[in-house]
Amino acid sequence: MPWRLLRFGLNSKHPEPRMFSDVQALKPSYDVVIIGAGGHGLAAAYYLAREHGITNVAVLEKGYIGGGNTGRNTTIIRSNYLTPEGVKFYDTSVKLWQDLSEDFDLNLFYSTRGHFTLAHTDSAVRTMRWRAEVNKHYGVDSELVGPDFIKRACPSIDISCNGHAPILGALYHAPGSIARHDAVAWGYGRGACQRGVEIHQQTAVTGIEVKGGKVVGVQTSRGHIATNKVLCAVAGSTPRLTDMVGIRTPIYIHPLQAMVSEPMKPWLDHIFVSGSLHIYISQSARGELVMGASLDPYELHSTRSTLDFTEGLSAHMLDMFPFLSHVKVNRQWAGMSDMTPDFAPIMGKTPVEGFYLDSGWGTWGFKATPVCGKTMAWTVANDAPHELITGFSLDRFRNYSLTGEKGAASVGH
Amino acid sequence: MSRLPQLPDEWIDRTKLVRFRFEGRDYTGLAGDAVSSALWAAGVRTLGRSFKYHRPRGILSMANHDVNVLLQDGQRLNVRGDVVPVREGMDLSAVNTWGGVTADRVRFLDRLAPFLPVGFYYKAFYSKRWFPLWERMFRAITGLGRIDLGTPHLRTPKRYEFCDVAVIGAGPSGLSAALAAAEAGARVVIVDENAKAGGSGLYQLGGHVAQRDAALQLRERVAAHPQIRLFTGTLAAAWYADQWIPLVDGERMTKLRARATVMASGAFEQPAVFRNNDLPGVMLGSAMQRLIHRYAVQPARRAVVLAANADAYRVALDLLDAGVQVMAVADLRDQPMACDAMDAVRARGVECLAGYAIYEAHAGERGELAAVTLCRVRDGIAETTGSRRVDCDGVAMSTGWAPAANLLYQAGTKMRFDERLQQFVPDVLPEGVFACGRVNGVFGFEARLADGARAGTAAAGFALSRELPAVAVPSENCQPTHPWPVVAHPSAKNFVDFDEDLQVKDFENAVQEGYDNIELLKRFTTVGMGPSQGKHSNMTALRLLARLTGKSPQQVGTTTARPFFHPVPMSHLAGRGFHPQRRSPLHGRHAALGAVFMPAGAWERPEYYAVPGKSRIDCIHDEVRRVRTKVAMIDVGTLGKIEVRGPQAAEFLNRVYTARIDLLKLGGTRYAIMCDESGVLTDEGVIARLADDVYYFTTTTSGAANVYREMSRLNSEWRLQCGIVNLTGAYSSVNLAGPDCRKVLGPHTDIDLSAAAFPYLAVRQGQIAGIPARVMRVGFVGEWGYEIHIPAEYSPTLWDTLMKAGEPFGIGPFGVEAQRLLRLEKGHLIVSQDTDGLTHPFEVGMDWAVKLDKPFFVGQRSLQILKAMPLKRKLAGFRLAEGYTGPVPQECHLIIADGEIAGRVTSIYWSPNVGRHIGLAFLPPDLAAPGTSFEIRLTDGAMVRAEVCTTPFFDPEDLRQKELA
Repeated sequence: MPWRLLRFGLNSKHPEPRMFSDVQALKPSYDVVIIGAGGHGLAAAYYLAREHGITNVAVLEKGYIGGGNTGRNTTIIRSNYLTPEGVKFYDTSVKLWQDLSEDFDLNLFYSTRGHFTLAHTDSAVRTMRWRAEVNKHYGVDSELVGPDFIKRACPSIDISCNGHAPILGALYHAPGSIARHDAVAWGYGRGACQRGVEIHQQTAVTGIEVKGGKVVGVQTSRGHIATNKVLCAVAGSTPRLTDMVGIRTPIYIHPLQAMVSEPMKPWLDHIFVSGSLHIYISQSARGELVMGASLDPYELHSTRSTLDFTEGLSAHMLDMFPFLSHVKVNRQWAGMSDMTPDFAPIMGKTPVEGFYLDSGWGTWGFKATPVCGKTMAWTVANDAPHELITGFSLDRFRNYSLTGEKGAASVGH
Repeated sequence: MSRLPQLPDEWIDRTKLVRFRFEGRDYTGLAGDAVSSALWAAGVRTLGRSFKYHRPRGILSMANHDVNVLLQDGQRLNVRGDVVPVREGMDLSAVNTWGGVTADRVRFLDRLAPFLPVGFYYKAFYSKRWFPLWERMFRAITGLGRIDLGTPHLRTPKRYEFCDVAVIGAGPSGLSAALAAAEAGARVVIVDENAKAGGSGLYQLGGHVAQRDAALQLRERVAAHPQIRLFTGTLAAAWYADQWIPLVDGERMTKLRARATVMASGAFEQPAVFRNNDLPGVMLGSAMQRLIHRYAVQPARRAVVLAANADAYRVALDLLDAGVQVMAVADLRDQPMACDAMDAVRARGVECLAGYAIYEAHAGERGELAAVTLCRVRDGIAETTGSRRVDCDGVAMSTGWAPAANLLYQAGTKMRFDERLQQFVPDVLPEGVFACGRVNGVFGFEARLADGARAGTAAAGFALSRELPAVAVPSENCQPTHPWPVVAHPSAKNFVDFDEDLQVKDFENAVQEGYDNIELLKRFTTVGMGPSQGKHSNMTALRLLARLTGKSPQQVGTTTARPFFHPVPMSHLAGRGFHPQRRSPLHGRHAALGAVFMPAGAWERPEYYAVPGKSRIDCIHDEVRRVRTKVAMIDVGTLGKIEVRGPQAAEFLNRVYTARIDLLKLGGTRYAIMCDESGVLTDEGVIARLADDVYYFTTTTSGAANVYREMSRLNSEWRLQCGIVNLTGAYSSVNLAGPDCRKVLGPHTDIDLSAAAFPYLAVRQGQIAGIPARVMRVGFVGEWGYEIHIPAEYSPTLWDTLMKAGEPFGIGPFGVEAQRLLRLEKGHLIVSQDTDGLTHPFEVGMDWAVKLDKPFFVGQRSLQILKAMPLKRKLAGFRLAEGYTGPVPQECHLIIADGEIAGRVTSIYWSPNVGRHIGLAFLPPDLAAPGTSFEIRLTDGAMVRAEVCTTPFFDPEDLRQKELA
């Protein structure tokens, strides 16, 4: 047992301070206001304070820390993207992830499991080869592997998928990982608070004041704040915020659902994704199977769950792993995803001076948490887009210079 | 321990013995026993081990509100012993033990508990170097049951049901609701997860025989009512939008659509919290009553009742009647509200201590309950002076309830906290959803019957859109739930969540660390995240948080209740599995010819036709050669086939495709492409004009469904006068191609095939072998050819006719691979292979297909902008050096220029007709001029030189498909 745990048994009082600042009155003004205390918003606050010395920062959260998509995703971390912009960006993120637990003094259970994206058609094989080649070019560990390799790695898989969709190959990405998602928000939140940032939960933004094309303040359910810089990091609610400043984005909100089984002894070491069956699965440190599928096909600003999601996902999962028949699904849930036309995020400056977007995170935002925090903090501090995010600017939709990542989305959406 | 004398309505069949094994030892139960009741009757007390500390556990709720008794039953994992019937030959073991439930080798973890506080795993084990090792250890001891990789793929059929009123729960209020709704004319489905209906009306008796008789009578009336269907052993697993309720039983899932729902789901009895409240022998009062009245099992010999409501005294009476010695009733309340049951208990000589609590429970040698310490308590603080130790082997906890409101929450009910009841009750119910009984805060038996009748009548009125007289419910003043059933203890082990081994101090510590709202608290402590989803723990956690933060339960609020109510097997959710698969009507013909099939969306298509003794590539090259030199036929029936007809058909297609479809001559065809709003090329096909107002056209195989859907969507906005009909399945098509194709087709058709009468790119209608046909002269493969479209049912006849007619000319079939090669020789692209999600027509040299000066078409504005911008890449033809014999690049290998990614190969084949490797690739414009040399990088990093060349690679003037003769 690590000695760090001894103090808990040897102290009569629980030897841990508060992780997050206690609820306190809002100040009349802040240098930066971050909307959204999810992983992204808190990471930006953390890096603003740590790397740019900007600590007069308020993070406003209408609910609670990490209660949005940070707490609803299936925690897969990878960098096997398709575009050079994407690969470089997510690779930076993976490298940050690997050090995060030690940075935070908080165990994120960052667990490198190896990630298979299965190809069931020859066109999928082509796309996997494309991704593998682009990945390797930027030093990312990815390769196109055949059915034998997959079978060796996971002997229990039905390589024919019940005869419906035989697996022809896969993109294997050894660094693919999972992590304890809530802890990521807590770690960033604590790190930010330790450096003077204020987190205000149960504080909803009701309006953003813009004068002469510049941000001057924020209205909240708990009063007014003056500020010249607002970072919007509110996956699933972005359109409501951009409406407040009169910006149009091509973001549409779709629900994305997931479900989790009862805990069982670990049998699944890797992460498996199948585009043709529209499913993905990994096994958590608690022994639960964490499973997801493709987006709901309609626009909906709600986190309601549907029965047909669990039916389709279970049917396809049994095609791949038939022995799961008796496994029981414990819980299902949904998140709201900011979908963009090219499946890449929208980050950086906007036509409104002082209003920065960290949005368009669709179904791929969790893995980007560290690099988003880092690059958005840089962008806010310098009022200029960080070099890693120039490919994700809002004006790319005007300039017809999209960053096409649809081919690298986890499952065909 | 022996069974009690026979009771009315007991669930066991005393004539049928059931032999089974538990933890390697043989036991005998009775048919109808749950596993837990059979074991309890056999005197077994330690039935499981806890999740984190591996503490011994016995029965807690006897109702699937906890997972103390979680078993492995062969291939079935995480089986709930409290509710699963024991079956002959079962070989059971407790999950999550190392070396058996009694000798669990990791039970030492219980002693390490002080070092493993809430969230301990966040606070250590994370050095980069050591984490993988720790993780392996964690993964070795984590999890519950074990998966058997040999478990078969079970396919369970599903069923659909419909009703006016669904009643969830067949206890007193639910039965009453069902009856009232049925009497009002509604068709009713009532479900209960228990094997028998009647609910607490049949086991929470307190010697009240009249209540049992009333409940039995009610049950009989419901069972006999022609308008009511009663499903027992059936779980209402969730409530989804529009009254969509999955009913799960041992066999299957039934999907029920109701017009109205009555939630009569009752309440979960909640454990009191004191030190060692998890010892085997400590259980809920209702659990003891279930053991007695359902299974005739005496729960203990000597019991102490921990009370805080009238239900506790009824438990005491039931225990007395079952021959249990009730050592004392300790009532948390200083001044208990008087009730008949209390008087009766006193009258039977049981000591009733007001203002007393169990301070702690003590384990005997085997770690099971042996005694308790009773002492005075004031607001959760025990006064240990004057405490007394009472020997007992059973404790019944009856201190309060929490509503089984999971489905009410899922339906969107707004709940409020009722101070008198100390319970959340429905405040604002969604339309069509009703609640009655304990979940509605009504506790007395008679009151529940009345409340059920009220809700059932109201639900029937809603479902049938009828005004029905309201039913009155008598008011009550009972206080069924104690606000603070928690006793502090310096040595902790006072459990709140039994699934997750969470003690009171875990909550205090979590709040101290800043996890001070209910959602954060849940995530950090994992309260309610175990398999029983907080049924026995969420309410206590909420009370703890309220007290620690100085708030009311109302202010603290609840966490979201998500499906499922109890976990549901994946086999039931999956059902039989549904995989739409489409087969061409010619599938059998292809198979007979040796076709090797490949998936193409939902279709299966012949990739090539295997010839014994020949390699795949030789077969493909033979097929190619046959097309180029003789005649051959391919099944292209998987192409999307759509007809648009009506006065505005031309206008509609003009808006959808980029070309001037309105200018297409009658009897002519045109290759056309469509784009999305951003100008990205999305589909292609051939459009034929069959009449002024009738167009018939093809789409790509994979695009068929999307194109039809998108067209339908567009015209629901545009409202043009035209109909869009998807004929993809109704029509079949083949392409007959090759120099001799006219000779094959000519004798069997009334269509004049002369070049003058039927020129290239024309469409003609006529008969082939007596079959009405639409024939297009197209040249995708670069030979004289006819694409013949006929009603699908005739296609085998057509295929056979042409195959026979072609015999003298050496006809044969060709597959998808040969076609891909043939079209590449002509430089034709395949949408989605040679294009990607961002490709616009100008990048692939299709400027000619885009008429930007039309009034409007989808993507026009974007294409106008793109046209004015310099191209970033171009799709160009390339070839490898003559006689190249090295490793061949594959599709999607990258083109590297100056060390950077410059493009990629999209298609590549060795062409037997060109005699070289040819392909298409995306290249930067400055590398795309014919004659330019560039490098392709292979998987292993080797570079292959290639040269840009013009297309078509073969027959550059397209002479072969046009009029030469």
